[in-house]
Amino acid sequence: MATTEEIRADLAEIVNEVAGIPADDVQLDKSFTDDLDVDSLSMVEVVVAAEEKFGVKIPDDEVKNLKTVGDAVAFIEQAPQA
Amino acid sequence: MTTPIQTSTGAAHTRILGIGGYRPSRVVSNAEICEQIDSSDEWIRTRSGIVERRWAEDHETVQAMSVGAARDALKHAGVAPEQIGCVIVATVSHLLQTPAVAPLIATELGTTKAAAFDISAACAGFCHGVALGSDLIRAGSAKYVLAIGVERLSDITDRTDRGTAFIFADGAGAAVIGPSDEPGIGPVVWGSEGEQFDLIRQNEKWPQAIDAGDKVMPTLRMDGNPVFRWASFEMAKIAREALDLAGVALEDLDAFVPHQANMRITDAMARALRLPDNVKIARDIATQGNTSAASVPLAMLRMYDEGTLKSGDTALMIAFGAGLVYAAQVVTVP
Repeated sequence: MATTEEIRADLAEIVNEVAGIPADDVQLDKSFTDDLDVDSLSMVEVVVAAEEKFGVKIPDDEVKNLKTVGDAVAFIEQAPQA
Repeated sequence: MTTPIQTSTGAAHTRILGIGGYRPSRVVSNAEICEQIDSSDEWIRTRSGIVERRWAEDHETVQAMSVGAARDALKHAGVAPEQIGCVIVATVSHLLQTPAVAPLIATELGTTKAAAFDISAACAGFCHGVALGSDLIRAGSAKYVLAIGVERLSDITDRTDRGTAFIFADGAGAAVIGPSDEPGIGPVVWGSEGEQFDLIRQNEKWPQAIDAGDKVMPTLRMDGNPVFRWASFEMAKIAREALDLAGVALEDLDAFVPHQANMRITDAMARALRLPDNVKIARDIATQGNTSAASVPLAMLRMYDEGTLKSGDTALMIAFGAGLVYAAQVVTVP
């Protein structure tokens, strides 16, 4: 099982690839929209890439609850493997 | 006694012989769009890549724009109207339910009683038309086929709808398809996903509009994020399938010409496909908007004009839209 830090680091890489945000900026307390400037379309790309990377399903209804990087990491940690 | 029915056979291979386009005269800026929606030039540019679009004037009808595009394509192909055996018009914005607009276009062009009909495959219409045209020629049903994609989406766009008013636009594109010594149109990968019928649709049926006493016709609505997800990722898989069926490796591709739905979709598809840097990507949407069935040929034309595409190049075309429906094929550029 990946650690919280491993998931954060992998997610940071995805955010970097999709939106060009420096991976080091993608910390648990950062808001996707307010701090990292990830808009809703980029968020869709991040979610799809995260689903592939972590082998989980992130339903559309859930995406709006993932406000911070920490929210997304926590969701991925508890989500059953798809 | 049963008489065996004779069948026809056509050319072994087909290719696109010429393309043409018609861009409406009126340029509509993001500032003008924002007079009716609460948005901004910057928001529209970052969300769609659209800087401006073209909307048709009254005289630029579906028929007139189609004829303009088709004449260019015939000239480019060196094919006379009388040689055309079939005219296929892909459109969702010819606002007369019957008859189809294709017979009028065939007649105005001067074809000799060519078969002519409309198809409704929304934004995927042009790639459907190319697939049909190619197969008609290989079956011997026609020697030359004219496939047209044409829209006046401004007529069915709600100019106060923040989600769509800035996207849709007008125009026409056409291709002449004919027999070829070498394969110039790869196998089509196409399909439909009716369970997602509601994602892009008119907001109501005509009888509902009449019952409600509406003085406006039904207009387009789109559920943006699910469409973005489907178009960017599911369609990348379809694009890959079209390459595989044609036996063309990503490295051997010269150009990627997707339906000009949204620049962000084009970018996301290119990333999902892992397109090599040397593959040229069509980006006509920036100044043309999303012209639905007309977008692929118009985008290809711009690449010609800008010198990024030349005759003999190998291009991957893919188009997708309301239905949901999609079609993709690899073609040799005329």
